[in-house]
Amino acid sequence: MSSFVTFTIEDRLYGVDVQRVQEALRAHARTRVPLSSEGVAGLVNLRGQVVLTVDLRPRLGLTPVADGTEQMMVVVRVGGETVSLLVDEIGDVVDVEPESVEAPPDTLDPAIRPLIRSACTLADRLLLVLDVDEAAAA
Amino acid sequence: MEEIDDIVREFLVESYENLDQLDRDLVALEVTPGSRDLLSSVFRTIHTIKGTSGFLAFGRLERVAHVGENLLVDLRDGRRSMDQPTTDALLLMVDTVRDVLGSIERTGGEGDVDVDPAVAAITRLHDEPVGAPSDEPVAEPAAAGTVPSDEPVPSDEPADPAPAAPPADEVAPTAPAPGRKAAIRPRSAAKKKSADEPAVAEVTDVATDLPAAEAVEAPEPAHEPTPAPAPVVPTQRVPEVAPLEDTGTLRGAADSSIRVGVDLLDQLMRQVGELVLARNRISRLASAAEDVDLARSAQQLNLIASELQEGVMRTRMQPIDHVWSKMPRVVRDLAALCGREVRLEMQGGDTELDRGLLEAVKDPLTHLVRNAVDHGIEPPQDRVAAGKPAQGVLELRASHAGGQVSVEVRDDGRGIDPEIVGAKAVAKGLRTADQVAAMSPGELLQLLFLPGFSTAETVTNVSGRGVGMDVVRTRIEAIGGTVDVESTVGVGTVWRLRIPLTLAIMPSLTVECAGDLYALPQVHVVELVALDTQRPDSGIEYVHAAPVYRLRGELLPLVSLAGVLGVDEPGRDGRSAVIAVVQSDQHRFGMLVDRVLTTEEIVVTPLAARLKSIGVYSGATVLGDGRVALILDVQAIARRAISRESELAARTAQQEAAAARTEVEQVLVAGIGGGRRVAMPLASVARLEHVRSEQVELVGGREVVQYRGTILPLARLDRLLGTYARESDELLLVVYTRGTRSVGLVVEEIVDIVEDEVGRHSTIDDAGLTGSTVLGDKVTELLDVRSAIVAADRDFYSDPLADDVFAGLDELVGAGR
Repeated sequence: MSSFVTFTIEDRLYGVDVQRVQEALRAHARTRVPLSSEGVAGLVNLRGQVVLTVDLRPRLGLTPVADGTEQMMVVVRVGGETVSLLVDEIGDVVDVEPESVEAPPDTLDPAIRPLIRSACTLADRLLLVLDVDEAAAA
Repeated sequence: MEEIDDIVREFLVESYENLDQLDRDLVALEVTPGSRDLLSSVFRTIHTIKGTSGFLAFGRLERVAHVGENLLVDLRDGRRSMDQPTTDALLLMVDTVRDVLGSIERTGGEGDVDVDPAVAAITRLHDEPVGAPSDEPVAEPAAAGTVPSDEPVPSDEPADPAPAAPPADEVAPTAPAPGRKAAIRPRSAAKKKSADEPAVAEVTDVATDLPAAEAVEAPEPAHEPTPAPAPVVPTQRVPEVAPLEDTGTLRGAADSSIRVGVDLLDQLMRQVGELVLARNRISRLASAAEDVDLARSAQQLNLIASELQEGVMRTRMQPIDHVWSKMPRVVRDLAALCGREVRLEMQGGDTELDRGLLEAVKDPLTHLVRNAVDHGIEPPQDRVAAGKPAQGVLELRASHAGGQVSVEVRDDGRGIDPEIVGAKAVAKGLRTADQVAAMSPGELLQLLFLPGFSTAETVTNVSGRGVGMDVVRTRIEAIGGTVDVESTVGVGTVWRLRIPLTLAIMPSLTVECAGDLYALPQVHVVELVALDTQRPDSGIEYVHAAPVYRLRGELLPLVSLAGVLGVDEPGRDGRSAVIAVVQSDQHRFGMLVDRVLTTEEIVVTPLAARLKSIGVYSGATVLGDGRVALILDVQAIARRAISRESELAARTAQQEAAAARTEVEQVLVAGIGGGRRVAMPLASVARLEHVRSEQVELVGGREVVQYRGTILPLARLDRLLGTYARESDELLLVVYTRGTRSVGLVVEEIVDIVEDEVGRHSTIDDAGLTGSTVLGDKVTELLDVRSAIVAADRDFYSDPLADDVFAGLDELVGAGR
């Protein structure tokens, strides 16, 4: 059985391995990083630590959120670094039985494919499990 | 098990240090073969290694050290003098010992390091000239009695002066020498320890010994005049032992310190960093709160934090000697290999810098030293032919300068010919011939730092290992330092490194650009220039598309930070801006930012690799208000923004301007009233005259004065150009003459005669003007002399004249258009 921290981006449910998550909190003010790739949302001050924030939307082919929209951060550990993922809402921690974990459909956009590790069939909806390293790589 | 490991590790650390010392001593010994101090120092080191390795059952190590010691005994007893073969053999021994130590460090055992060659070499040497039997007895006790032979020395040392202790109490406060004594004791403690105690004990040993040692030593000055024999002993002891004591005092200082793990220091440093951040926040709050108590407390916190920061920083400081200690050996070996005679001089070895930085400069510095020996200093015969002493001098100099450490590698060799450098750069396709032709000698030398550049005629195994000066520069810049080179052909070369004292905390300037804050390391900031971009003539000019600013007569290329970062907001022209004049390597340029907020000590946090690869930021930091700011990498920005092309363009413009200056010569600057100034070419001005205003007469609606028997028509420039001059009794005339005709232009005052660069004229003009320019920091209009003159005398130019003095003038004035 695996546990995932779930969150939504544009009403779709995503999850990351609970082991990799340090915390989830309301998004901080970000310092933008000019010249960086699209997915880099900026740097935040997380209790004195400078943490890179990644916006998954461009990667997922979604349009950016409107200014002023309240967002949340899922802080994950990648290698020795701490990276925060920008999401819309934080959901529950979900336990998934191994038998309901399936490979992502072949029809998935090849650009997104490395990002999605698996698709879990929950009772009421589909949970897409993100590859943390890939996601944090913006 | 753990215990043994500790001892071995301790042994390794100490032995490595000793070996470094040994390298230095041996090379020094070669120069001054008679020095007993050095010999004893060498002997002692080998002896310690031998003793400890025997104790730790490193048989091979012991064997090498043993034969080495035998050889040293000969030297010490004067049966052999230090010569090159001896030095070579001893250095071979040092290398072998080092190899074995390396193997022990890696594998925990001696591994399969072959010690036989060294042993054989030394034995051969040892057996050669002097009869073997004669030195056996001498070598024997020294070799066998590692601990016993030493033990009596320190142990009876304190015992001897013990009776003298009571008087010592009286003189204790004035005793000047306790440090020396304290240094001796730990030495013996250390020796015991290396044999039978783990490291920690050393500390306590020293601590407890210190008071006693002071008391013991105190009598020495007191007894000096009186013939009390006991404490003054060292020099009178058995020669075999006395020098040991002497060198003990030389090196004792190192033993009065304790070893602290680097991890712990790094952690302390980080924590101090956070403390500094917290202090910055509190300072900011306190200054906003207007609470006296809070302000005072904040002030105090400020002070303590600064001192603590300095203190912690100092714990990480190490003298540059740590790196330099390897150089005598490097230079010696290399000089021998290349057939050079080199004397190495080192100054300022006690200059300290952060150990991390020290580590980082080690390789670049070694490379520079190798390079200097290999390529800088000529072979002896060449030197003699050039009238220099056969022996070249290689100098290493270190000093603190303005929050930075400056390290120089200076040789008195052949120097580097900029022309050859330029030719090479062209040959290698790094620069075009035109580019090279436009460069100054200093700039040509900078080409040495280009990737793919190597001046060696042939790639040698000495300097030409594919590691070029570009790597030196990259390494030094990576730690926020700079490197440059000066060279005079035939006289020598100086490589100069500037290295920051520490990396973790640095003073920086907080600047605003397009709504974001950035930190600009102050090391690079030369000055700030405020610009009022609302004024049409704000000082920013363009050479083609490249913006430049005239700073005290020099063209300063400008780089818009917003432009570099691609955050330009359309329509934000005309807002005020600040030029931060920054210096990076040889580039000096102005970075255009919106505002400069504060200076702050920032704590550098490294960036995620993928942000670092953008190549504009060197790190990030949390500012006092909690915001995150990116730290600008000035060097990278310079490289990014100032391509050689635009720099060349700026230079070409400068040269054109210089050329134009010789054409224009000088202009006369005159005030015409209303604060306006006009410039007119001085060459065509005949005279300046004062006339009284009542002399002015009217002829047909024109003002004239009688002047040297002719009628001089006047044109009042103030009226002509639409301003009003002060009414005055006297008129100041600038008289132009052509053939027999003259006209007078009336001005309010003569301001100056200055040089004007036609290349810099802007085309802002008006009736009667041909443009404007900045002369001596003031906007000055360029007078259209011809139309002004024609206003006074319609026929001035229509008079036929063989030699038209205005022929050139037109051209000049017209050049502004």
